[in-house]
Amino acid sequence: MSEFLSMGGYAQFVWPSYGLTLIVLAMNLIIAWQQNKQLKRTLKRRLKNSQ
Amino acid sequence: MFAWFHKLTAPKNFYRFASTINPWIGALCFILILSGLYLGLFKAPPDYQQGESYRIIFVHVPSAWMSMFVYMVMACAAFMTLVWRYKLAGIITEASAAIGASFTFLALATGSLWGKPMWGTWWVWDARLTSELILLFLYLGYIALNSAIENKKTATRASALLVLVGVINIPIIHYSVEWWYTLHQPATVTKMDKPSIHLDMLIPLLLMALGFTFFYVFTLLLKVRTLLIMREQKSKWVQELLEHGES
Amino acid sequence: MTPQRKRRLALISLMLVSIGIAVALILNAFQKNLLFFFSPTQVIAGEAPLNHPFRIGGMVKEGSLTRSSDGLSVNFVVTDYSHDVNVTYTGILPDLFREGQGIVAMGKLGEATSKVFTATEVLAKHDENYMPPEVAEALEKSGAMPHGLKTVEEK
Repeated sequence: MSEFLSMGGYAQFVWPSYGLTLIVLAMNLIIAWQQNKQLKRTLKRRLKNSQ
Repeated sequence: MFAWFHKLTAPKNFYRFASTINPWIGALCFILILSGLYLGLFKAPPDYQQGESYRIIFVHVPSAWMSMFVYMVMACAAFMTLVWRYKLAGIITEASAAIGASFTFLALATGSLWGKPMWGTWWVWDARLTSELILLFLYLGYIALNSAIENKKTATRASALLVLVGVINIPIIHYSVEWWYTLHQPATVTKMDKPSIHLDMLIPLLLMALGFTFFYVFTLLLKVRTLLIMREQKSKWVQELLEHGES
Repeated sequence: MTPQRKRRLALISLMLVSIGIAVALILNAFQKNLLFFFSPTQVIAGEAPLNHPFRIGGMVKEGSLTRSSDGLSVNFVVTDYSHDVNVTYTGILPDLFREGQGIVAMGKLGEATSKVFTATEVLAKHDENYMPPEVAEALEKSGAMPHGLKTVEEK
């Protein structure tokens, strides 16, 4: 396991690459989800108030 | 065929279509990336020259491919915006920009992390790296221009023009390694004769690339749905959707 | 298609084609400046700048690598298989640096008579081939290894 984690001595380059990719892609997804939810919530409230 | 396409691109229908297929796309994306990671990190053999460090390829190359693919999608949509004034095309361009910029950033950052141990430097100003950096600026320029203009219609058209002008950069990125002497090596997979990569390395690479493509489609459709509700909030179908929920 | 749309289509296509031609002409004009490095043949032919630093790229010639007695500086020959240039360098070499490997070195050319290139930075240029060590070994044995490639030597 520790041999796997050390990546033949290149751990400091390989793991940040994977970590960065994960973080950036996850951020894209989370922001898109939040925007979708937020907008629906706002519009629903506006709809209720107008009725 | 054309009538069917026309029907699908009507906002209401497209929204429903996107809501239906998106869970499937998400599931496929998850499976593809998970199996790509498993094969790439655990099963693929080390490289004869670069040892374990080459495993960065499984995130670097798909990111780089996607940075160009997303831009091509945006360029096609921008073309449709300018010629036919398709509403949906403008929305697709807008919904693609952030994810495209993210892929470009990842291609540059992971490339840098790969370049340091192998080449001996984080960055060089060779034609490949420079043209990829220009791609990042094109994405950022599009996002800035699109949000800077108050009038939505003007913003969509002006930024579509910027995207179309920038499309010339895509063949430059792709062929830079053949046209000029660069530090970056030439293409491994996307060349005419057979790929110069061992099959056990190629399979996880393609799985990851496909997984990244589905990831793009997933976030794209999610964002398109948000933008459709925003643009059409006065229309009947959105009002109904809000009252009765998704289904 | 309505006439208006046809006009827009023609206009935008014309715009794209003219931009494409303009960029192609510009790139062609700057062809030389876009080269990241000079090949040994170009250097021997005197195409590289004499008085200010430039980059030279090629393969490290087999059997040409020697270390100085203090162990700090290295001397080697960069070749493109038609011309050779002697390079001397003091500093840390990248992991991929070895004989038979492609490299790019930044530095200055010495006196015209000796033509020794004094490098301030040496970068390794790897190729587009990826394969497991066993396959590389087998290819080497059968003599089917692509031109200029060489397996990892034991350190």
